Amino acid sequence: MRRFIRIVTTVSVLFLSVSCTKNSGQTPSQIAAALTEIRIGQFGSMTGGEATFGQSTDKGIRLAIDAKNASGGIKGKKIVLITEDNQGKPDEASAVVKKLITQDNVLAVLGEVASTRSLAAAPIAQKNKIPMISPSSTNPKVTKVGDYIFRVCFIDPFQGSVMARFANDNLKVKKVAILKDLKSDYSLGLAEFFSAKFKELGGEIVSEQNFQTGDSDFKGQLTRIRSSNPDALFIPAYYTEVGLIARQARQLGIKAVLLGGDGWDSPKLFEIGETAINGAYFSNHYATESNNLATQNFIKNFKAKYNHTPDGLAAAGYDAAMILINAIETAPELTPEAIRNQIAATKNYDGATGKITINGERNADKDAFIVKVDGKGLKFITLLGP
Amino acid sequence: MNDKPSLTNNMFVGWVFVIAAAFAVALAAMGLNAYVQQILFYIAINIMLATSLNLVNGFCGQFSLGHAGFMAVGAYTGAMLSLKFAPFPENLGILNFPIYVIAGGLAAAAAGFLVGMPSLRLRGDYLAIVTLGFGEIIRVTVLNTEAVGGARGLYSIPGNTDFAACVHVYLWAGATILLLWRLVHSSYGRAFMSVREDEIAAECMGINTTSIKVKAFIISSFFAGAAGALFAQTTNSLNPATFTFVKSVDVVIMVVLGGMGSLSGSVVGAILVTILPEALRPLQAYTGGVDLRMVIYSLALILLMILRPQGLFGSREWVQFRFRRPRATGS
Amino acid sequence: MEEFVQHLLNGLNLGAVYALIALGYTMVYGVLQLINFAHSEVYMVGAFAGFYGANFLRLTDKPGWGAFALTLLMSVVVCSVLGLCIERFAYRPLRNAPKLNALITAIGVSLFLQFAGQVVFGATPQFFPQVLEDRTLFQAGAIQIQLFDVTILSVALIAMAGLHYLIQYTRTGMAIRAVSFSFRSATLMGINVNGVIAVTFIIGSSLAGIAAVLVALKYPKIDPLMGMLYGMKAFVAAVLGGIGNFRGAVLGGIIMGLSEEMVVAYLSSSLRDALAFGLLIFILLVRPSGLLGQMKVEKV
Repeated sequence: MRRFIRIVTTVSVLFLSVSCTKNSGQTPSQIAAALTEIRIGQFGSMTGGEATFGQSTDKGIRLAIDAKNASGGIKGKKIVLITEDNQGKPDEASAVVKKLITQDNVLAVLGEVASTRSLAAAPIAQKNKIPMISPSSTNPKVTKVGDYIFRVCFIDPFQGSVMARFANDNLKVKKVAILKDLKSDYSLGLAEFFSAKFKELGGEIVSEQNFQTGDSDFKGQLTRIRSSNPDALFIPAYYTEVGLIARQARQLGIKAVLLGGDGWDSPKLFEIGETAINGAYFSNHYATESNNLATQNFIKNFKAKYNHTPDGLAAAGYDAAMILINAIETAPELTPEAIRNQIAATKNYDGATGKITINGERNADKDAFIVKVDGKGLKFITLLGP
Repeated sequence: MNDKPSLTNNMFVGWVFVIAAAFAVALAAMGLNAYVQQILFYIAINIMLATSLNLVNGFCGQFSLGHAGFMAVGAYTGAMLSLKFAPFPENLGILNFPIYVIAGGLAAAAAGFLVGMPSLRLRGDYLAIVTLGFGEIIRVTVLNTEAVGGARGLYSIPGNTDFAACVHVYLWAGATILLLWRLVHSSYGRAFMSVREDEIAAECMGINTTSIKVKAFIISSFFAGAAGALFAQTTNSLNPATFTFVKSVDVVIMVVLGGMGSLSGSVVGAILVTILPEALRPLQAYTGGVDLRMVIYSLALILLMILRPQGLFGSREWVQFRFRRPRATGS
Repeated sequence: MEEFVQHLLNGLNLGAVYALIALGYTMVYGVLQLINFAHSEVYMVGAFAGFYGANFLRLTDKPGWGAFALTLLMSVVVCSVLGLCIERFAYRPLRNAPKLNALITAIGVSLFLQFAGQVVFGATPQFFPQVLEDRTLFQAGAIQIQLFDVTILSVALIAMAGLHYLIQYTRTGMAIRAVSFSFRSATLMGINVNGVIAVTFIIGSSLAGIAAVLVALKYPKIDPLMGMLYGMKAFVAAVLGGIGNFRGAVLGGIIMGLSEEMVVAYLSSSLRDALAFGLLIFILLVRPSGLLGQMKVEKV
């Protein structure tokens, strides 16, 4: 008898819990369009090893949305940002994007920094026909997922070749060593495109070494690099490691010029790298000293709100949010499809990271800023186009 | 002795029940949004992981911390196979998926044999460390293998349509429970438990403890691998970052929460551990971007261990089905 | 040749870091037979204690041995208190529960501190204040020996000798050994078991605090997840040398450091992490008690 009761309870609990979560037969985009507020979803790594990326981007996005809401929202509707943490895990990213789209009925999705997680989430946005804008995923594959996936930054082949050209043309170095992060597709991609372009230009890659995110001892790799005697050392990594790498390289007496990518951009770089990082060059989405008015306004507002200087990720997050807001504002109706078309039509948008035009492959046509680390700040060196 | 005729005392009825339940869940799931469906998939996969780990940790008393590694082996094998090979033509495409799952399971079982054979001679903490080490080695190997995507991960893995996928996943989860249930209630099951209770006494009773442990380990790895292959099919993408030590710990938590040595406990544990972080998501709106979920989750784990160390169910089952073999000679 | 010597020095220095953290694991395991997974997080909290303390007192204004000692003291005190709390509130209620429960609780405490750390300290990496200037003590060609490297290695060796003396030649040590041998008998002999275990945790956590400050000075980037990687490797080192044995912890740490460095130097840098565990598994299969550990035969 007791067994019978238990079986009946189990079955009825299961049945009830499943039927309670049932919703109406409308598609997510229909529900989203009918809401009285404008819901935008954001997914990012708010915790975990790369939490700074998510948190920085989040600040940029919030700055844009709060400002818009303060001035009355879009067509009288308030923008509501729903943020989900993916803990830096790709499978979590796909789960939370499913939630944002099908549970919260967002009109569009913003995210992610890391290409790995953007790639995990993009097919879901594409399948549900909800536009997704990645602020700073530079891997080329991301926007190839489909016509609803956009980004507001340049892609790795461009960034890698820009640095290779800069090393060859401006710095006139011939022998370069690479130290890359095995765990990060960003790092691997950048290293690959850099070395392809650099070899094409007649240079030589004398040594290629790996480390893994979270390491703090790089002396083994650096000692090997030292013995290959390079003119420059290309470190396509995130700032979290670059500071320590630079210190240890200088300790070992490596005099080569250090080169890097947009992942370097953070005040922490100077703090941890101190004098060791002085004189290094890297490519970036923006330069704080750019005389662009939009950039300066962004920096001013950001400082007023958060009390510190924004990094490139915050700027990219801000631009992604602004382009989305503009698209929603200009869209003839509040449907994901209309918004998608407006994002695709973005031309010469004057953003915090410079002029942005979304091209046919849904990537941003943008120049790369080459900046030099100089004391405690960055010095703008040159602007390189495609 | 006379067995009372009961609806649940033979395998056939068990299978009918599993199939009916899988279709019932899938039918119910069709009206739900993709997010809830995803959670339902994860629940089924976690049920497979938790019950299979329970075989080693709960019934056999061997503490393994490398379940994520076997899951990874199955996931990558199944995914690579599905990208390269489809034995059935397009219109019978559904039939391809169980093949990938079985292949993933077999690959993981082979890995389980390779790992278990040498390391199951070790005991307690040491076994935990070695399995942890193997799990990490599997992950680092995947990370370093460009052919399976390395750090970039593997994308556009074929998956079933929603309904078929749901039936498929739940059939596997049901089959796992049913097979493990039969196993632990067989003479093998008693051998497993005797190893758990007292290895030396078991040895004295003529049980080859190493061989029994390796068998449990292989079976457990098979289901972990199958779960991995299913995981690949439902998420359509794989990344080595998924299969870290933390994933193994998650599965251990499901087992411990439900109760070591209780299959129904593992099922409940898997459901709770999958749902809890999702249920706590709305909390973020109140804490302003600060994610307290994992803090709560870890704190709950500590409290559980202190307040109810045997888990929710202990080693009891929620419903005690009896599968009995018809005896050759009645007494 | 010059390169080989450089690699040798790098490996030795890295090994010393592992050894220093491994000593804490070994200390707790020797007494409680518990893998204290939370040790690496105590180490992380120690680094943050030093960070906040040194910044609060503005110790970087006058870097030197005094500032260094003060930072060390703050870190050790915070770590000891934290270690005591963990022991009192998480491990003690489970003293008579199966070992597995204690192990899972240890993992729980470790996760809790990691995630709470991300909430409290923030996830951004912080720069550890340089309360002591690093300088080159010896230079020959491209080879050089830094002050911090020498300090870490000597602290590890002194700690090893000190612990050995404490355990073998003092009354407290005798009590610790008795508790390690058997709780019950120790209680019957009038030993305050809870007191002894508390002392063990204080010593273990203090070691984590010392290691945290030294390592944070050498690699001045600290974040809430910093304990994980080093903790894992140091733990492997402790098992490698024979967990519960102090000389084993130092030996294991140095073997780990050297072999990692040599893999990077002469094989491929991508194999580095797999090596740690490969080495561990090899040793455990060949010699399950570790290099210097004693094999315990289970009797009926």
